[in-house]
Amino acid sequence: MQINSPKFKDNARIALADANLQQALGNLKAGFPGKRAAAIGRLPEFDALRDQAQDIKNHVIENLDFYLETFESKVQDNGGHVHWASSSEDACQTILDICQSVGARTVTKGKSMVTEEIGLNDFLEKHSVTPVETDLGEYILQLREDHPSHIIAPAIHLNLSDVSEIFAEKHGTEAKHQPEELMQEARDVLRDHFVAADVGITGANFYVPETGSTIIVTNEGNGDLTQTLPKVHIVVTSIEKCVPTLEDLSLFMRLLSRSATGQECTVYNTLSSGPRQPGDQDGPEQFHVVLVDNGRSSMVGDDLQDMLRCIRCSACMNHCPVYSQIGGHAYGWVYPGPMGSVLTPKMIGIHDAGHLPNASTFCGKCESVCPVRIPLPKLMRSWRETQHQQQASPAIGRMAIGGWAWLARHPRLYKLGSSIAIKAMSIMAGNKGRLKSLPVGRGWTLWRDLPAPQGSSFQQQWKQQQNKGDKS
Amino acid sequence: MSVSPYLQVPQQPPHKPRVALFITCLVDSMRPSVGFATIKLLEAAGCHVEVPDLQTCCGQPAYNSGAKQDTQKLARLNIKKFADYDYVVAPSGSCIGMLHQYPDLFEKNSKDYKQAQELAGRAWEITSFLTDVLQYQPAPTQQSMTITYHDSCAGLRELGIHQQPRQLLERIDKLQINEMAEADTCCGFGGTFCIKFPDISNRMVSNKTDNAEASRAQLLVGGDLGCLMNMAGKLKRQGSHMQTRHVTEILANMLDIPAIGEGENTPLRPTNSDLGYEV
Repeated sequence: MQINSPKFKDNARIALADANLQQALGNLKAGFPGKRAAAIGRLPEFDALRDQAQDIKNHVIENLDFYLETFESKVQDNGGHVHWASSSEDACQTILDICQSVGARTVTKGKSMVTEEIGLNDFLEKHSVTPVETDLGEYILQLREDHPSHIIAPAIHLNLSDVSEIFAEKHGTEAKHQPEELMQEARDVLRDHFVAADVGITGANFYVPETGSTIIVTNEGNGDLTQTLPKVHIVVTSIEKCVPTLEDLSLFMRLLSRSATGQECTVYNTLSSGPRQPGDQDGPEQFHVVLVDNGRSSMVGDDLQDMLRCIRCSACMNHCPVYSQIGGHAYGWVYPGPMGSVLTPKMIGIHDAGHLPNASTFCGKCESVCPVRIPLPKLMRSWRETQHQQQASPAIGRMAIGGWAWLARHPRLYKLGSSIAIKAMSIMAGNKGRLKSLPVGRGWTLWRDLPAPQGSSFQQQWKQQQNKGDKS
Repeated sequence: MSVSPYLQVPQQPPHKPRVALFITCLVDSMRPSVGFATIKLLEAAGCHVEVPDLQTCCGQPAYNSGAKQDTQKLARLNIKKFADYDYVVAPSGSCIGMLHQYPDLFEKNSKDYKQAQELAGRAWEITSFLTDVLQYQPAPTQQSMTITYHDSCAGLRELGIHQQPRQLLERIDKLQINEMAEADTCCGFGGTFCIKFPDISNRMVSNKTDNAEASRAQLLVGGDLGCLMNMAGKLKRQGSHMQTRHVTEILANMLDIPAIGEGENTPLRPTNSDLGYEV
């Protein structure tokens, strides 16, 4: 996927002026957070479950090698294959090799952010394998040659007329305007693809070493048709998506659905544990799991390790006051919002993703809703520290902060400097109590007035009062 | 940004504690009246208040800009400056929140780390200190006004401050609190964020002032001057009549001083209900 993160500020400006997008984001804001709060209100032990989940994930990360190898041998015992992919290129090539080994021409796909991350669709198309997205949102995006703007509601940036137009154009049908009609049309088109596909590719919300299973949770059932009908099922997932046992899985399912959509339980929860066994009525003949690393193993033991707990629920972006103003595309790559602002610099480099960890007020809402308690602001700050150390942040800002911090350590000079600034601002404000413009900090006065200082500083006034008191 | 582990409430409220006022750089330079209001409240609650000399800043702008070493140096200065007091109290959840993060700046179990933990254990935001630590019950007063309260992020999510200011305000007779929608959503200030990302910040503060105005309160109140200056600046730019004040000014009954961003002390706009609007 093309990287647009360096243009974050321009992207954001365009997004803020896009009335359709703003309307769509309003729907998001009105939907997910309220549903999540209601679902959690009905689960008093939610916080205790979060603590457990955090502990389990920390344990998994510290023993990841053991769990990965256990998972591999279990999958093999079940008759499946595990493929290790250290990079996006490796992963794409592995998947293509499997497709070509069975002469696949079309593959159906369930929703998977990891396949977005590795750029699978473009790669397959280049090699004459046609991928067909079957999640309704992803399908719409594929027709539009668009990309997800949200990790669980990929087409959240579109409205009804966008869908109506693209269906009429690409399906060659009369434009339909009712959501039900559009859904039926997509269903009709997709049924043929499900039946015709040579290979089905899905992601996995989790994998379970205990049984060698992967699991997908969906609300449309498209994932089940994707993985059950073709002769070959390829699961593409990343190495950190491990929960050790089925018992643990049930805990994470409770957290995931509530944190994501506010559902007690997602509609379809499907475990895959290998290819069709003798006596099975259906299922694929081949079962492959591609385990993608793509930089994750290097996060074990570094400042970003906590990020490996992420279960991709999207609660952080659903509650983010920045995401909810600008949407996901502004972030310029696959993963948007707070979790993306931590992950994206790791995956595309801090040089290109430099704005992302800075585009946060550190309001802390993301961390407060995270089901696995990832300290997202702390991780974004750690990127800022990296930028500062590498002198990758803008020089003017760095000098200003450095100069200010030096002054703050020299209180007498600081006092002198601040009294001059106070005086200047007071003179500029006159008797209005506020300033309309400033020679520095134009970002402030562009959109709002600056309340003027009251006069001399508190410490100066306090000292004067104390001196008076001493004399009397 | 989870709630600080250092908020240990003593079992018995201390008798006449020696309290250092941490004035904070913004209150010091922009709105000293908040400092005087804070002292007035602390003294009314039975504290002996001192103002350690030559204070500057908690270091949060450096910390959030990635300048960790600069922050460490400032933290060490503040740890020393506020060492000899029973408590350190500031009229800001954000700056006290920063003091509670000082331990994270240092190697675990180092001398600095332990001193930072010790300081964090004594550092309180004013409304939380009055209610949680001192269990202070202000004498009943009367102020006829309708306010709406903005929960600043750091106070709310790092120090658990939500009920405390409301509890104190509710003791004022004829003061009505109209809660606004999304009171706990960031106002878009975010320190340097509002300068680095002015367009996004502007949309966030516009949402905030829209919600505040929709509450039909006369006065927007909060506990952090950065947020209040941001919101007041937006309200004034929009030509709103809504006034903005720090919570301590109301609790200390210091309403003769012009509200934030006002040149003079103008009377509160009549509530919308007085104007015959539907409420």
